[in-house]
Amino acid sequence: MIKNKKQKNKIISLDNVSISYGSFEVVKNIFCDFKKGCITSLIGPSGCGKSTVLRSLNRMNDLIPNCSLKGTVMFDGINIYDKKIDPVEVRRRIGMVFQQPNPFPKSIYENIAFGARINGYVGNMDELVENSLIKAALWDECKDKLGDSGYSLSGGQQQRLCIARTIAIEPQVILMDEPCSALDPISTLKIEETMHELKKNFTIIIVTHNMQQALRVSDMTAFFNAVEYEDGDGGKVGYLAEYGSTSKIFNSPKEKTTQEYISGKFG
Amino acid sequence: MQNHNLFYQNKSSRNITDIFLTSISFLFALFAILPLILVVSYILFKGGSQISLDLFTLEPNPPGDEFSAGGINPALVGTLIITSIASLIAIPIGMGGGIYLAEYSKGGLFARFIRFGVNVLAGVPSIIAGVFIYALIVSTKIIFGSTYSGLAGGIALSILMLPSVIKTTDEGLKLVPNELRQASLGIGASMYTTILRITLPAAFRSIATGVVLGIARAAGETAPLIFTALFSYYYVSGFEDLFYEMGSLSVLIYNFALEPYDVQNKLAWAASFILVLSILFVNIFARILANITTKEKRI
Amino acid sequence: MEEKLTLFKNRKRFGIEKNIDIIFKNTALVLSSFVAIILLGIILVVFFQSFESFSKYGLKFLFTSEWNPVKDEYGAFAAIYGTVITSLFSIFITIPLGVGTAIFITEDFAPKIIREIIGSFVELLAAIPSVVLGLWAIFVMEPFFRGFFALLHSWFSWIPLFSSEPTGRNSLLAILILVVMLLPIVTSISRDTLNQVPKKLRNAAYGIGASRWKTIFSVILPAALSGIMAGVLLALGRAMGETMAVTMIIGNSNAFSWSLLSPGYTISSMLANQFGEADGTQVSSLFYAAFILMILSLLVNIFAQFLVKRFSLKYR
Ligand SMILES: Nc1ncnc2c1ncn2[C@@H]1O[C@H](COP(=O)(O)OP(=O)(O)OP(=O)(O)O)[C@@H](O)[C@H]1O
Ligand SMILES: [Mg+2]
Repeated sequence: MIKNKKQKNKIISLDNVSISYGSFEVVKNIFCDFKKGCITSLIGPSGCGKSTVLRSLNRMNDLIPNCSLKGTVMFDGINIYDKKIDPVEVRRRIGMVFQQPNPFPKSIYENIAFGARINGYVGNMDELVENSLIKAALWDECKDKLGDSGYSLSGGQQQRLCIARTIAIEPQVILMDEPCSALDPISTLKIEETMHELKKNFTIIIVTHNMQQALRVSDMTAFFNAVEYEDGDGGKVGYLAEYGSTSKIFNSPKEKTTQEYISGKFG
Repeated sequence: MQNHNLFYQNKSSRNITDIFLTSISFLFALFAILPLILVVSYILFKGGSQISLDLFTLEPNPPGDEFSAGGINPALVGTLIITSIASLIAIPIGMGGGIYLAEYSKGGLFARFIRFGVNVLAGVPSIIAGVFIYALIVSTKIIFGSTYSGLAGGIALSILMLPSVIKTTDEGLKLVPNELRQASLGIGASMYTTILRITLPAAFRSIATGVVLGIARAAGETAPLIFTALFSYYYVSGFEDLFYEMGSLSVLIYNFALEPYDVQNKLAWAASFILVLSILFVNIFARILANITTKEKRI
Repeated sequence: MEEKLTLFKNRKRFGIEKNIDIIFKNTALVLSSFVAIILLGIILVVFFQSFESFSKYGLKFLFTSEWNPVKDEYGAFAAIYGTVITSLFSIFITIPLGVGTAIFITEDFAPKIIREIIGSFVELLAAIPSVVLGLWAIFVMEPFFRGFFALLHSWFSWIPLFSSEPTGRNSLLAILILVVMLLPIVTSISRDTLNQVPKKLRNAAYGIGASRWKTIFSVILPAALSGIMAGVLLALGRAMGETMAVTMIIGNSNAFSWSLLSPGYTISSMLANQFGEADGTQVSSLFYAAFILMILSLLVNIFAQFLVKRFSLKYR
């Protein structure tokens, strides 16, 4: 009975996942269940493979030459690395927001409408654009200039536009790779508010280097770390060091390295 | 005060050598632009004086007529037709190939092989393209039994255009930041939608510039045409003329420059005037366009 | 959740869209392989067409200069000699001119605007069709140099290269017009290469008190050498295959002569002159000559590409 409930709750689960670029193994033997309707943050020192893991969740890694994955990534009970799976369909259900704001060189309106149209949206487009911009806390700032180029916005506004663009296609999961790293504190707070808002409808997985942010926004936290290869030629391989509810990870971590990392001793 | 000081010494051998070498390089630079100035001014001077309405409307008279050489209408129309045929063939093939190299190939062995081939093909002498099409199309009469034809000329010319179109497409697309591709694919766009709606439009200007320059270069090519399209003295009057000999400005210049008659020579100058002015115009226009593009990117 | 999803009809990619994606990719793949097909086609066609002549004359073709359709005797020595000699001489004249110009453009000798104007003039020169340069050579250059060639002959007739009485069109004029055509190639590639040489190399030389030209000769040019060499080789390939301007000014004579002041021939001018009217073994012999030209220019080009790779590996 309990097991059944757990089963129902998880939306993406990694089962013994290892990812390599060419012959260079970057992360190894990851087991992890991401919960539905939760915000999960991925933290860890630079280069331990957080972005790599995040990109593997909606097959963005397919675009990197010679990137390969072992193990299974289950989404809604389906292995998305199965041969029969269409990666484009996966990305329509699992959207992504990148570290650098990357609006299309089109108008603000078109930036949002483009994705919706691709996904065959049949509702009222104006309404969708407005709703998405409101959810991304950008509506008030740009409602009078929807026809302007996406590049005319500030960096923080651009990032919120990218979030709006992703919300507009209503994916089940939104992946965010350090979405606030290029932003000022005020824009960061706005985006965090946005995330709280979005939690009602979406599952969010976010990579962040900001401990406070992880503490503020997330329900669950996964701490990644990297160790030197056993054969010791200097290369490092990432692994999932500890995973649990955010309060537990931050207040009573099991691992010593976790404790050291979140208190700022390394990373 | 010490023996040596830091003041600039005009007479030190080092400074004299430096000034001497600088003057030489300046002289070389002047020498390098001299041909352009001379060629263009002769064309303006010798060709410009021939310009009249008749030039654009009449057929050229066969050599021997000492009073009037006629006009260059068939050659002008022929150049437009042959260049258009070449563009119609080379642009789709070249852009398709460039798209594959830049967007799909992921730098594999095949892509490296093709890029190498593109560079090699770009270095094949243009007369060889003519020889090849002669053997393949003209002598075999493979196109509805016609031998020399404007169509064959256009095909020969397209071989010369192809590498430049592939290269500009490939390089233009490679300049598009990867973030833009990820943005599109990240919201679930198909690869072809991403290319057609996002990356190609972003690279449009640089590709267009390169392609236009390629067309301008092809319009002045002669060697591939002299035994594929050959030459014609008569108006192009209908579609079926594509399958017969066709004149072009460049072949007209070649033929009439070698005629012993002064009127024919003058016609060659007039044709050069029109050809060179249009090519220079297109070049300068494309360069200005390219400049605007790069400046926009910097902002 | 499920209700909302119904607003998005294409969440599942339907057959059409998937197929378009696959067709698009494969079309691009096929189009990109056209290059290889055409290249292979050219090599095969020219090779097989030259087969008849090759089996008849063999390598003797390369060393005799008899070209007699009546007796059916063919040898391309004069044309091969002309191709090699005109391209080599023209490239050797072009190297100092082109590299010197490139140095002038890339160093800050003159105000930027002047250097930019010179740079774009040189590039525009590349846009002038070769047939127009040929026309100009016939009517402007040849009369201009006539007196000079006569002097050259009277002074240096003891050198084989100037041993013949100048008579109108000749190989030396072809060399000069080739210089005009190669100049933009060598200049623009040298300029690009010089621009790519890292600033810190130059600063290092200035830092130890080297004068400007000392720096150019001992640091910058050596660093740019393989790039400039690649440009020179590309230009050499161009010179060997250049047809129109050369055909119009070289005089087109298959009689072999060491002298640059007598009419000559190159493979490409021979093709331009004879291909249209040839038949029988002559056609095959022309293809044989074309094959030689192609091999020569392929070798030069491939070597140039090799050098380009090496240069870009060094500085990237
Ligand atoms: N495209 C790639 N090709 C080869 N190696 C890569 C590639 N991308 C990342 N790597 C390597 O994989 C390892 C993990 O990279 P990743 O970007 O996932 O780290 P990260 O945890 O996100 O780091 P950061 O916090 O700095 O963003 C690094 O050692 C990196 O060098
Ligand atoms: Mg990262």
